[in-house]
Amino acid sequence: MSAPLQPVELPDEIKIGPIIGPQENLTTVTDTLAGIVLRRKTSYGWMMGTFVSFCLVMVLLMSMTYLFLKGTGIWGINMPVAWGFAIVNFVWWIGIGHAGTLISAILLLLNQSWRNAINRYAEAMTLFAVACAGMFPIMHMGRAWLGYWLLPYPNTMWLWPQFRSPLDWDVFAVSTYATISLVFWYVGLIPDAASLRDQAQHRWQQVFYGALALGWRGSARHWQRYEKASLLLAGLATPLVLSVHTVVSFDFAVAILPGWHTTIFPPYFVAGAVYSGFAMVLTLMIPVRKIYGLEGLVTMRHINNMAKVMLTTGLIVGYGYMMEAFYAHYSANTYEGFMMNNRMFGPYAPYYWCLIFCNIITPQFLWFKRVRTNLVILWCVSIVVNIGMWLERFVIVITSLHRDFLPSSWGHYTPTAWDWAIYVGTIGLFMTLIFIFMRTIPMITMHELRLLVPPETKTPVVPAQEPVKRI
Amino acid sequence: MSHSGIIETTPIYGVMAEFLNAADLVHAAEKAKAAGYRRMDAYTPYPVEDLEEPLDLHDNRISLYVLLAGICGATFGFGFLSWVNTVAYPLNVGGRPMISAPMFIPITFECTILAAGLTSAIGMILLNGLPMPYHPVFNVPRFARASQDGFFLCIEATDPQFDRAKTGAFLDSLGAYEVSEVAN
Repeated sequence: MSAPLQPVELPDEIKIGPIIGPQENLTTVTDTLAGIVLRRKTSYGWMMGTFVSFCLVMVLLMSMTYLFLKGTGIWGINMPVAWGFAIVNFVWWIGIGHAGTLISAILLLLNQSWRNAINRYAEAMTLFAVACAGMFPIMHMGRAWLGYWLLPYPNTMWLWPQFRSPLDWDVFAVSTYATISLVFWYVGLIPDAASLRDQAQHRWQQVFYGALALGWRGSARHWQRYEKASLLLAGLATPLVLSVHTVVSFDFAVAILPGWHTTIFPPYFVAGAVYSGFAMVLTLMIPVRKIYGLEGLVTMRHINNMAKVMLTTGLIVGYGYMMEAFYAHYSANTYEGFMMNNRMFGPYAPYYWCLIFCNIITPQFLWFKRVRTNLVILWCVSIVVNIGMWLERFVIVITSLHRDFLPSSWGHYTPTAWDWAIYVGTIGLFMTLIFIFMRTIPMITMHELRLLVPPETKTPVVPAQEPVKRI
Repeated sequence: MSHSGIIETTPIYGVMAEFLNAADLVHAAEKAKAAGYRRMDAYTPYPVEDLEEPLDLHDNRISLYVLLAGICGATFGFGFLSWVNTVAYPLNVGGRPMISAPMFIPITFECTILAAGLTSAIGMILLNGLPMPYHPVFNVPRFARASQDGFFLCIEATDPQFDRAKTGAFLDSLGAYEVSEVAN
C-alpha cells in the first residue's frame, strides 16, 4: 500500500497571483508610472472628479469663513457636548492617516515587499488626511487666529502652555507626525523625481522634477546611504505611528468621563486607525488601479493582503468594543454601567448598532477569499468600514459627553448644516489633493517596484537606442 | 578600437561603461576592483546590494548622526519641560512634583523622533552632496536610462591607474554594452 496522497499547500503566487504582473520589466514599470504623469492626456473623468472635489473645497472655505465670523455657535455643540463634529472628524481623519506610515514603515521593517506597490499612494493619503485633521482643532478653538497659542512659547504674562495636558501632547504628536510623514514621503520621491526628470517631455517638467530630484544620479554610494537613511526613518516612524493615535486616545482616556477613562483606549484606537486607514486605501486604490491600468503593479495579491489586514484590525476593534462593554459591567461602577446602557439603548442607540453592524458584522465577510478577491464587494465593504469608523468616534465622543454624572447637566447634541458642510468640505479637500497628486507624482514608488521585477526580465530585450559613441 | 574625433588632451571626468543588467555590472565592478581601480562609482535605477563589496561602500556615519540627534532631542525635550515647570513658570497643582516625569514622556518622545527623523533625511541628502545641479555623468547621452533600466560603471580620471585608452579598453573587455568618455 502506498501512503495516502497529501494535499499540497500551494504558495500564494499560484493561488492568488504574483506580487507583480508577469509582463512587467524595468522598462515597463517606469514607462507605465512615469507615463501617467508625463504623457497621459488629462482625462474627462479626472477633470470632472477634480471639479466636484474643488466645489466641495469652496463649501469648506465658505463655511469656515462663516464660522470665523460668527463663532462656533453655528455648530451643534453646547455645554455638556462641547466636543462635537470637530473632534469626531479630527480623530477620524488622523485614523485614516495611519495606513500610510504603517505601510511604509512597519511593513518595511517586517520585510513585506508587497508594500512597495502601495506605499507612495498610502503615504500621500496620510499627508492629506493629516492636513484635514489638523484643521479641526484650530476651528474648534473658536478664535482660530489665536491658533499659535498652541505652540510652546510663553505669552506676554510668561505663562506657558500646560505641558502636562494630553491636548498639548496632541500638538506635538500631530505636528511631528505630519513633519516626519512628509520627510519620509519626500525621501522616497527623490529617485523617482530623477526618473521623471530624465523622461520629461517639456522644459517645465524637467525643471520641476529636476528641482525635486536635487540632482540625484543613482550613484551606488548615494544608494547605500539612502537605504540606510530609509531604514532609520522606518525604524523611527514605527513607534511614532503607534504613538500618535495613542496620544489622541489619551485626550479621552486621561479625562474622567465614563466611557473614556479606560486603559484599553490606546491599543484599541491604534487598531481602529489602521483599520480605517486600510479601508481608505482600498476605497481609493480599487478604482484607481482600474482607471490607470495598474493591475500588473497593484495585483490581486495586494488587494487580498490589504483585506486581511483590515480583517485582523477589525477583529481587534471588535475585541475593544466587547471589552468596553465587559468593563462597564464588571467594574460595577454605576456611571460606567449607565454609560454602556445609554450607549446601547439611549437616544444615540441607532448610531451604536449601526456602528456594530459596520465595524464588526461587515468585516466578517472578509474571512472568505471570494469576497477578498471580488473588487466590487470589497470596495463596498471598505466604504462601510469607513462609515463605521466615523460612527465609532461619534459614539465615543457624543454618548459619553451628553449624559455624564449629574442628570441636571445632561443635554443633547444635534449637528447643524454647518457641521455637515465643514465635514463634507474636508472630504472635498482630501479628494482634490488626491487628484492633484495622481497627476503630478508617480502613484507607485518606481525604484522600489524595480526591486520586485524578477531577475530574468531585468535585462531589456531591445535596448532603446543604438550606442552612439564607442572608444 | 578608434578614438575617432575625440581630442585626447581635453581633461575628462572618467570613462563610463553601460551594462544591460545588475549582474553584469556587479561582475564588472568586481573585475575592476581586482584590476586595482579604486576611484569608481556605479549608477543604477535601484539599490544593488552586491555592489557594496567591490565599491567599498561602508559609510555608516548617518547612523551615528541619527543616534546623536535622537539623544539631543530627548535631552532637549525633557530639559525644556523641566525648565518651564521649575524655572520659567512653576505651577504648583495640588502639591504634585514640579518635574512630573511620566507626564513629560510623550513630548520628550516626539522631540526625539523629530530630531532623529529630520537628521536621517537631511543627513542623507547632505552626505550625498545633494543638491547638486550639475554633474559630469549627465553628459553621457544614454545616462538618462540610469534612472530607468540602465546600469553604469564609471572609472574616474582621478584614479591613479586611470589611462584613457587602457581603461576604456578594459571596460570594453568586461562585456559592456557601450563604453563612452565622460566630458567634464
